[in-house]
Amino acid sequence: MTSDEQHLDGNAAGGILGQIFAFEMTTAEVNCANCDAVGPIGAALVYAMAMGTIIRCPSCGEALMRITHGPQRFWIDFSGTRLMQLAATE
Amino acid sequence: MERTALPRRLEWQLGQVVAIVDETPRTRSLLLDVPNWPGHTAGQHVDVRLTAEDGYQAQRSYSIASPPEERNVVLTVERLEDGEVSPYLTEVLQEGDQLELRGPIGGYFTWRVADGGPLLLIGGGSGIVPLMAMLRHRAAQHSAVPARLLYSSRAFEEIIYRQELAQLAAADPTLMVTHTLTRQQPPDWTGYRRRIDRAMLAEVAWPPSEQPQAFVCGPTALVESVASALVDLGHEALRVKTERFGPSGGTA
Repeated sequence: MTSDEQHLDGNAAGGILGQIFAFEMTTAEVNCANCDAVGPIGAALVYAMAMGTIIRCPSCGEALMRITHGPQRFWIDFSGTRLMQLAATE
Repeated sequence: MERTALPRRLEWQLGQVVAIVDETPRTRSLLLDVPNWPGHTAGQHVDVRLTAEDGYQAQRSYSIASPPEERNVVLTVERLEDGEVSPYLTEVLQEGDQLELRGPIGGYFTWRVADGGPLLLIGGGSGIVPLMAMLRHRAAQHSAVPARLLYSSRAFEEIIYRQELAQLAAADPTLMVTHTLTRQQPPDWTGYRRRIDRAMLAEVAWPPSEQPQAFVCGPTALVESVASALVDLGHEALRVKTERFGPSGGTA
């Protein structure tokens, strides 16, 4: 994964994730399906484009999540995430 | 306290501009009244969405400058010459106007007094905004958590919150504010006059043995060089949280 492309921090995906999920997602811990690194989404790399958002593993650069949005619809590919741990709200 | 709220999905809502404060020649603060604001944590941001008459929408993220203790939600916005949203926010928007936003967003780049310290804040340009929310929160709580801010600006008159930072530091021996001016310095300037580098961090930052919680916010180049220099100096990467500024959003 080259760093030529401009990326942001995981926080930048908070808006779109918050639109889809009721949980606070930037603190969710994710296991990368490719390299098994574990970390919060807030520490991941975010590539935001007009068509959607790709969240990449900061260790290996593979896509953890791909979120594409079209009119009235989201397509969500979480195949790069092996496990996700969320803080339950009491 | 924030945790007692039921989980909810983010929704767009309208805030009203109740006041506008000029901060520097290129930045101004928008004080917003947001009727259903659920409260926030220092360091969080909002997404702002503008809709043109033809339906075209542009969206950007802006850090919240106000502490949770303050009633209004305050955004400090820097005008970017080629910006799609910031010229409207800094030149067209007036008191009484409404603004579409959603938030608060993000639980990662945040700090509460209860999180402890010491607190190491490093900002460049308008990257000061979420760090200022943390310092304002800390002051509002009369916290004595030791805090240091290293703030890089291009020129003296571009230092955002200059007077407030000076007042906070003067009134609080546990807060240290250090400026560096990278392009232009007043004749009597005795502070740093270069970009933040490893040597400067070694002088200003807490040593790694103090295990500070570091928050770094600013343009991508600054964030990346500061974060890697901190890790190089021996700070644990997990304790160095970063927030890069850059193109964000698109349409949603």
